[in-house]
Amino acid sequence: MRKFLIVAAALALGLTGCGTNEAAPAAPGAPAPKAPATTLTIKDPWVKAADAGTMTAAFGVLVNDTGAAVTVTAAESPASPMELHEMTMKDGKMVMQPKEGGFVIPAKGTHELSPGGDHLMLMKPAQDIKAGDQVTFALKLSDGTTVDFTAIAKPFVGAGESYAPDMMMPSAGQS
Amino acid sequence: MTILSRRRLLTGGAVAGLGAVAGAGAVAAGAEPATLPGAGTADVGTATVAFHGPRQAGVAEDPPAHAAFAAFTLAPGTDRAALARMLRLLTDDAARLTQGVPALGDTDAPLAALPARLTVTAGFGPGLYAAAGLPSPVADLPAFTIDRLEKRWSGGDLLLQICADDPLTVAHTQRMLIKDARPFAAVRWVQQGFRRSPGVQASDHTQRNVLGQLDGTANPRGSLIDTAVWNPDGSTTLVVRRIRAEIEKWDILSVTDKENAVGRRMMSGAPLSGAAEHDEPDFTTLDASGLPAMPDFAHVTRAHVTDPALKILRRPYNYDAAPDAAGNPDAGLIFASYQRDIARQYVPIQQRLADKDLLNEWITPIGSAVFAVPPGCAPGGWIGEQLLS
Repeated sequence: MRKFLIVAAALALGLTGCGTNEAAPAAPGAPAPKAPATTLTIKDPWVKAADAGTMTAAFGVLVNDTGAAVTVTAAESPASPMELHEMTMKDGKMVMQPKEGGFVIPAKGTHELSPGGDHLMLMKPAQDIKAGDQVTFALKLSDGTTVDFTAIAKPFVGAGESYAPDMMMPSAGQS
Repeated sequence: MTILSRRRLLTGGAVAGLGAVAGAGAVAAGAEPATLPGAGTADVGTATVAFHGPRQAGVAEDPPAHAAFAAFTLAPGTDRAALARMLRLLTDDAARLTQGVPALGDTDAPLAALPARLTVTAGFGPGLYAAAGLPSPVADLPAFTIDRLEKRWSGGDLLLQICADDPLTVAHTQRMLIKDARPFAAVRWVQQGFRRSPGVQASDHTQRNVLGQLDGTANPRGSLIDTAVWNPDGSTTLVVRRIRAEIEKWDILSVTDKENAVGRRMMSGAPLSGAAEHDEPDFTTLDASGLPAMPDFAHVTRAHVTDPALKILRRPYNYDAAPDAAGNPDAGLIFASYQRDIARQYVPIQQRLADKDLLNEWITPIGSAVFAVPPGCAPGGWIGEQLLS
């Protein structure tokens, strides 16, 4: 586990080290992201630390620096099977469910993945995702390309999403 | 009247405000920009101090007005890999918050918007090195006879010194850092302190403590800070001592007695052998009665160091907790000093003070901790990486 977690550390920390950067895919002087600058990038990625077998989620801001809409159709991680999720109101309760058609990021636009909103769901982590771990992910785009990124694991008591239709979202205030 | 004119002379810009109160009218607005460069303006909230670099921030800069010193005890079993994970998280938080950017997953992101010269400085106690299986460059101080140390203010495996010109910024930063440290470490103690607020005095003024003494006059300045504080690799060390001020006893003294205990004039901070705050004390000067103007037992006489390599950089903050029912204060000094080597620079000074410093009658050390302050890091790096990766 540790091995693949560490590999892309430089990438993630390059991003985190220049958190003031807005839509630019990479700040001057920061390590270059793996993906070419003309495609999708993710800013400020992080994942909620969780025990093995416990659902958790990854967040960040998807940044589309191209002139055309980009669709994220799937996410993968060596850490866990993954789904793309959205939060929706069902019978008066906020629940999460798989996002039909994936996340569409408009041309020159952004799409936020956040606790209580759209997110990348880790359905069943094979091992503990410990605070401070580096977890690698791959976003599959509709054009067949892949965007790799690394997220740092944060201890976080919010983001208590419940999976539709059985469980209730504890409360938005916790997210 | 002598005192008033003297005060006007010696405290410069601050007197503009007093003058206004005394009836001089709207003097302050025009006078301030000249006497208080860069202070008292709207940029206080948005001002930032760079986080990344070969040396950690929060040491050599002019100290901001507010500080929290948060010490942690590592959870049993926290090994080198866990320390690296913890420090990556804390470094990431600090790199963002100091630049006015919310931490990742910041639950109160608007509170990050005004960094107010926020710095976060990490120090490693002997216990952190032990947990990592490494020799510690710092050791607990020897016991001094004046010490009345309390466990609740002493020791620590990890220290985070959080400084900013605004207490809400310090509070939010402290909260975010403690949340991310929690999987690895318990809070051991937190000491919160203050200095003068931004704009109240010129930025290069000397701190005044709760006993009314100017505190830090003898600090190294400019390039002499390098000589006293920074090792070639960008590391330094930190001593944090909680010094209770026995103010009720101090109150009983006459100004002359206070000045004899300190070795400086209370108002100006001038050594009793001189006329101005930054005059070098002259221990050969005799007073009218033929005795040394600087008494042998005075604090400044005992603490005096001439070799620039043996000086320490004091960066203290005052504390003032709630008084008891009888009105007795719970106040004093969070003494913080930076130096290359604690044993070579700090300990000899403290030993001389413990042996014979009249000021000991009115101050009591109740907490003590030592930390190695590792070098800073570049963007993409983390504090402690040279040691732990």
